[in-house]
Amino acid sequence: MHSDAPALGGGRPSPLASARIQGRVLWALLLREILTRYGRKNIGFLWLFVEPMMFTLAVTALWTATRSVHGSDLPIVAFALTGYSSILLWRNMPGRCIGALESNRSLLFHRQVLITDVYFARLMLEFLATSTSFVVLALIFYGAEWLLPPEDAMEVLGGWLLLAWFGAGLALTLGGLSEKVEVVAKLWPPTSYLIFPLSGTAFIADALPEKGRELVLYLPMLNCVEIIREGWFGTKMTAHYSVDYVVVFNLILTFVGLALVRQVGKQADQE
Amino acid sequence: MIRLTDVTKQYPSNAGIRTILKGINLVVHPGERVGILGRNGAGKSTLIRVISGAEPPTSGTVERTMGVSWPLAFTGGFHGRLTGLDNLRFICRIYGVDFHDRVAFVEDFTELGSYLREPVMTYSSGMRARLAFAISMTIDFDCYLVDEVMAVGDETFRERCRYELFEKRADKTMIIVSHSRGYLEQTCNRFLLFRDGRIEEFEKFEDAYYTYKRMLMASQESEPSEELVD
Repeated sequence: MHSDAPALGGGRPSPLASARIQGRVLWALLLREILTRYGRKNIGFLWLFVEPMMFTLAVTALWTATRSVHGSDLPIVAFALTGYSSILLWRNMPGRCIGALESNRSLLFHRQVLITDVYFARLMLEFLATSTSFVVLALIFYGAEWLLPPEDAMEVLGGWLLLAWFGAGLALTLGGLSEKVEVVAKLWPPTSYLIFPLSGTAFIADALPEKGRELVLYLPMLNCVEIIREGWFGTKMTAHYSVDYVVVFNLILTFVGLALVRQVGKQADQE
Repeated sequence: MIRLTDVTKQYPSNAGIRTILKGINLVVHPGERVGILGRNGAGKSTLIRVISGAEPPTSGTVERTMGVSWPLAFTGGFHGRLTGLDNLRFICRIYGVDFHDRVAFVEDFTELGSYLREPVMTYSSGMRARLAFAISMTIDFDCYLVDEVMAVGDETFRERCRYELFEKRADKTMIIVSHSRGYLEQTCNRFLLFRDGRIEEFEKFEDAYYTYKRMLMASQESEPSEELVD
C-alpha cells in the first residue's frame, strides 16, 4: 500500500492528507469537466475562454457600431468589456451548477468524491474561463489602442473577486435548490434575462434618477460592476456602491448555498 | 477490518421515510469472503454503498481499517462523452496512482483496441462491462465490494473476471452481494441473508439458501416473482 493509503479506505485521514485528497479530486474533476465540455477536437480546451471572449467581442462590436447610449461619455469599448465580462461571470456560474448532480451521480461511488467537489470544480472552471477571457480581451484591445488600461487595477480586481464570490454563492444556492425544486432549472434562464438589463451591463448607476438608483443598487452585481468601472475609469465617473452590503449579501448567500449543496444527493437511493 | 455498528439507512421518498437498513451489525476480518444473499430491491446495493463509504449511514458507524474498493458493478461510473482511456485517467487521478502503468493491463483485458480512444457512449453494453471491470482491477485494494458481478457478459468474460478477482486476488477480502446461487456458494466462506433491512448469518450455504428460497416462496404466494428462475 502506498503512503496515502487513507484515500483508498482506512480510517479518518489527517487534515493534511484530507486536503491532499481533495486537491487531487478537484484537479481530476476539473480536467474531466474540460474534456467533456470541449473535447480534444480543433482548439480543444482553448474554447474555455474563447467562448466567453466571442460573446464579449460580439457585444462590444455591436455597441460600438450602434454607439449605444449608456448615459455617460465613457469610452464604449472599455465600457462594454467591463459590463459584458461581468455578466458572464455571475450568470454562467449558476448555469453550470443547476442540475449538476445528474451527470455526476455515478462519481459518488468513489468515497473521496463529494458532491460539493463537483460544484467547486465547476465554479473554479467558470471563474478561470471568464477571468481569462476578460484579461486576454483587455490586452488585445489595449494592443489595438481601443482602450486605456485601468486607473486602479487593484480596485478592478477587488470588484471582480467580489462579483465572483457573489456568482459562486448564487450558483451554490440555485444548484442546491434545483435538486429539491426542479422548476428552478426552468426559472433561472428567464429570471437572469430579466435581471440582466438592471445589472449595470449597459448603464452606470449615476445616469439613473435617484429613486431608481437606490432601488437597483439592491442588486449586488450592479454594486460590483460599479466598483470594477470605478477602478477602470476612476475620475471619469461617479460610482455608487456599498462594499458592506455586497459582503453581507455574499456571506448569507454562501452560507445558504453550502447548506443546500450539502444535502444534495442524500435522497438518491438508486444510481 | 470493517466494522458496522447499529447501521441504519433511511431515505425520504414520496411515501414518507423509507428505512432500508434497520440496525446492521457486521465485522469483516481480512481474508474473509462474505456472501450476502437477498432479493432484488431489498437494499443490498445500499448496504454495499454504505460499507464503501459512498454514502454515510443515517445512524450508527462504519469503520474501515483497510483499503475498501468502490462497489464494483458492471454499469455506471462512466462519462459517455469521455473515451475509455479518459475514464481510466480520471479514476487513476482520484486514487492518486500513475495512469501509464495501467494502460497495458486495460488494453489487454478489455480487448477494446482502438475503441479505447472512442467515447464510451459508442460502446455496447458488453464493451462497457469489460472496461468497467478492467478499470476496477487497476486500483489495488485490500477489500473488494462486488455488486452482482456475474450478471453480464458471455462465458469467456465471466471466466476471465473470475480468474482476475478470485484467483489472482485470492488473498483479498471480499464482500459479494447477489441473488444467484453459483458464485456465492463457490467463492465465499461466510454466508449472510439480507431481508427486511437486517442480516442473518448462517453456518452453511445450504441453510442460507433454503431460508432464502422459502422466503421467496412465501412472497410468491402473494405476488409472482421472476427471481425463482435462478
